[in-house]
Amino acid sequence: MADVSLDHGLVLAAILFAIGFAGLLTRRNLIVVLACIEIMLNAAGLAFVAAGARWGQADGQVMFLFVLAMAAAEVAVGLAIAIRFRQSLKSLDVDDADEMKG
Amino acid sequence: MTALFYIAAVVAVLSTLMVVTRTNLVHALLYLVVSLFAVAVVFYTLGAPFVAALEVIVYAGAIMMLFLFAVMLLNVGADSPLRIPSWAWVGPGILVAVLLAEVVYGITRQTQPLAGAEVGPAAVSEALYGPYVLGVELASMLLLAALIGARHVAARARDEEEAREAATHRGAAAGEASPERDAGVPGAARGSETGVTGQGGEA
Amino acid sequence: MLSLLWLIPALPAAGFVLLVLLNRRLGRAGTALIGAGSVGLSALVALLVCGSFIASPPAGDAYHQVLWTWLDVAGFAPTIGFYLDAVSVTWVLVITGVGFLIHLYSTEHMEHDEGYTRFFMYLNLFVASMLILVLADNLLLLYLGWEGVGLCSYLLISFWHKDPQNVYSGRKAFIVTRVGDTAMIAGLFLLFTQLGTLQIQPLMRAAEEAWAPNSGVAIAAALLLLGGAVGKSAQVPLQTWLPDAMAGPSPVSALIHAATMVTAGVYLIARTNVLFELAGDARLVVAIVGVVTLLIAGFSALVQHDLKRALAYSTISQIGYMFLALGVAGWEAGVFHFMTHAFFKALLFLGAGVIIEALADEHDIFKMGGLRTRLPAVFWTFTIGAAALAALPFVTDGFYSKDLIIATSLGSVDGNLWFYFGSLVGAFVTTLYSFRLVWLVFFGERHTEVTRRPRWRQLVPLYVLAVLSIIGGFVWLPAWIGAFHPLEDFLDTALPPMEWAGQYAHFAESAGAALLIILIVYVGIGLSYLLWMPWRQSTHAFAESPAVRPLVAFWTGGWGFDWLYDRVFVRPIRWLAHAGRADVVDYVPRGIAWLNLAAWRGLSAGQTGRLRAYVAVAGFGVVLVLAVVVLR
Repeated sequence: MADVSLDHGLVLAAILFAIGFAGLLTRRNLIVVLACIEIMLNAAGLAFVAAGARWGQADGQVMFLFVLAMAAAEVAVGLAIAIRFRQSLKSLDVDDADEMKG
Repeated sequence: MTALFYIAAVVAVLSTLMVVTRTNLVHALLYLVVSLFAVAVVFYTLGAPFVAALEVIVYAGAIMMLFLFAVMLLNVGADSPLRIPSWAWVGPGILVAVLLAEVVYGITRQTQPLAGAEVGPAAVSEALYGPYVLGVELASMLLLAALIGARHVAARARDEEEAREAATHRGAAAGEASPERDAGVPGAARGSETGVTGQGGEA
Repeated sequence: MLSLLWLIPALPAAGFVLLVLLNRRLGRAGTALIGAGSVGLSALVALLVCGSFIASPPAGDAYHQVLWTWLDVAGFAPTIGFYLDAVSVTWVLVITGVGFLIHLYSTEHMEHDEGYTRFFMYLNLFVASMLILVLADNLLLLYLGWEGVGLCSYLLISFWHKDPQNVYSGRKAFIVTRVGDTAMIAGLFLLFTQLGTLQIQPLMRAAEEAWAPNSGVAIAAALLLLGGAVGKSAQVPLQTWLPDAMAGPSPVSALIHAATMVTAGVYLIARTNVLFELAGDARLVVAIVGVVTLLIAGFSALVQHDLKRALAYSTISQIGYMFLALGVAGWEAGVFHFMTHAFFKALLFLGAGVIIEALADEHDIFKMGGLRTRLPAVFWTFTIGAAALAALPFVTDGFYSKDLIIATSLGSVDGNLWFYFGSLVGAFVTTLYSFRLVWLVFFGERHTEVTRRPRWRQLVPLYVLAVLSIIGGFVWLPAWIGAFHPLEDFLDTALPPMEWAGQYAHFAESAGAALLIILIVYVGIGLSYLLWMPWRQSTHAFAESPAVRPLVAFWTGGWGFDWLYDRVFVRPIRWLAHAGRADVVDYVPRGIAWLNLAAWRGLSAGQTGRLRAYVAVAGFGVVLVLAVVVLR
């Protein structure tokens, strides 16, 4: 076991989350956007595990498991949508889907 | 062990940065795999070997494979013509920096040591089949729904593709030259669209 | 008998209502019957009531009849009540009597007019309002009558409304008197807030107790009421509407703008005499207004070409005499002159109406002439009226009342030499212009032929008024003739008695002063004869000569008041209306709508439809919430 304090783990999770969020705001490729979402989910899971390790209980890991399951489901459906997206809009540029404009 | 934590942390952060900044899609995804491995190591150093394994098997293994297969299906080109202009990072950079600053400030106001003991698979499974058993069932139902939904959405795509193909072939048979016809021969399985090789608008 | 008091205003009001309801279904005869009949009945009742009042005066020399309480709010409870005393008796008799004669005259005069019923409708409403005005026991009811007569004046001046000029005249009359009315209502507010009531008799007593003589608030209240009186009675500076009011039919000019409505101001001041007794400075203003007006109007009347306009200026001038009398505390003298003036001025206007109608709507006196032989009845009656106006000695009532006023202006406790000289000059000018009319209209060569002759319904009122113009003065003989003054004794029961004081008092009362006046009158008549009979051509030439012409034009235009008001008031207001025609206030609601649209445009610009933008906004929200949480 590493002799680190909780806040170091949480700070790592925060940094990873921030990077993922920045990527989400900047990148226009739909696949990369999905990847950034994965990064953010992963960071959240890291925070859970770190918190669980603080108390020495399994709950943090259990939460990470659920997050993982959810991320997998989300990626599956998201990529299917990406296929449809590509089919109807002829590109993978997220900015092209602006029919909700105005 | 402590050193391992920090090294793995640095690797995770750096590779995540690369994910976000690479224009080549496959490169970005591979960097993401590296990041996930690094996070798995972090899990191990935190005394959670079970989720470390899970991270590698499920996240880096299954989910990233899914990504790569989708990239292959979408026939995304290797290099995108457009670059991300540097000024595009300014706005999000500021917002994210502020967010990070706030969160770090909130976190580091007090410091607490970790429990020190490793929480092994046995403890986790006891928790899973104990108080969280309902969550497990729901998670599996969620996965089933995602499975069916994804198949459905993708199948729709294929059906529409075939219908369009049939229409254009009919038009060609009737003697009209359809200009879109020859820009690539779309295979039903491949589902990629005419004309636009390479992902559109990669900035 | 006195309890029938309420019928006097009620009968013409009922006539008005009947005419309104039965408007289309009445023929000439029916309208005449209701219109003139209601006023005739009212005159009859007035005779009975006032006769009973004079014969056996009630206790306190006043009769008060309250019909009901008009409203009762927070201690303010004006009544619909009528108050009969010597002053209101005088006015009531004149209004109903002269009013009836004019109604009778109108049934003939207006016969060929298509608005016959409308005319009598308005006229009845007018008589009812005027009677309410003079009988009201509180100032609010008086103001109701005041406004009523103002309305009817407007309606009747613009009676022939198809010609826009008539409507402008009516509008001008209404607006100018409105200025006075505003001052009056301000005065009513002042009186009420200071003294707590508008019932006239209690108000007068409260004023006497609460206010010191010549105190600021008393003067203010008196001056505000004077403002109203000046407007309604067409005195300087609000006299500009009366000459233009001649656009209405002649009976209207006779009734409203000679005999009754324009005397409402005189009535108001006489009614609130306690207030004016209290505010000596205000009284001085009244006298100054009177003397200035009588001179200005007198000179204007001297140069008019239009017969009715000349008479209008004459009316303004004579009311100036009444104001002068009131201003020097010669209350009874003012009332006396009101009565005599009503007789001869109504006579003059009715005669003018006959003349104008006979000459097919010719108003210019220089196009008349030689009517003496053609319209002999009119000639004699008109001349009697003119003589009364000029105060022909002994045989006309004008002599007695005007002589009294001139004497009072000198010998009264507030009299002074300036007023005296002013009134003397005014008397001289009056003589000149009144006989000028006679010479020019009835003598000399005929320029226009008579096409329509008057009949009995027009002639009888002329005769009656002519007789009254002769004998009307005998109710008050001056001291140096004899001690016969029943009118003065009668009016003394309601008004403060006139006091002769000062160094000139003795002279003023004496025969010598009267002799002076008699001399002036005869000289005036003689001079007017010379100027407009044998020397007519030279007089015309003189008036047209380059040196004199501007002066004549100045007098004809009423001493430039219209010109002044046009420059100072009318043009700036029109400019403002034109400049503000974009309706600046409209910018407020339009601005709100514009603001809404701009906000909408701004907000919908934010809906780019792009995922990243939405995420960014959500992220921004998260940052804010976190900031609140973390930084607490």
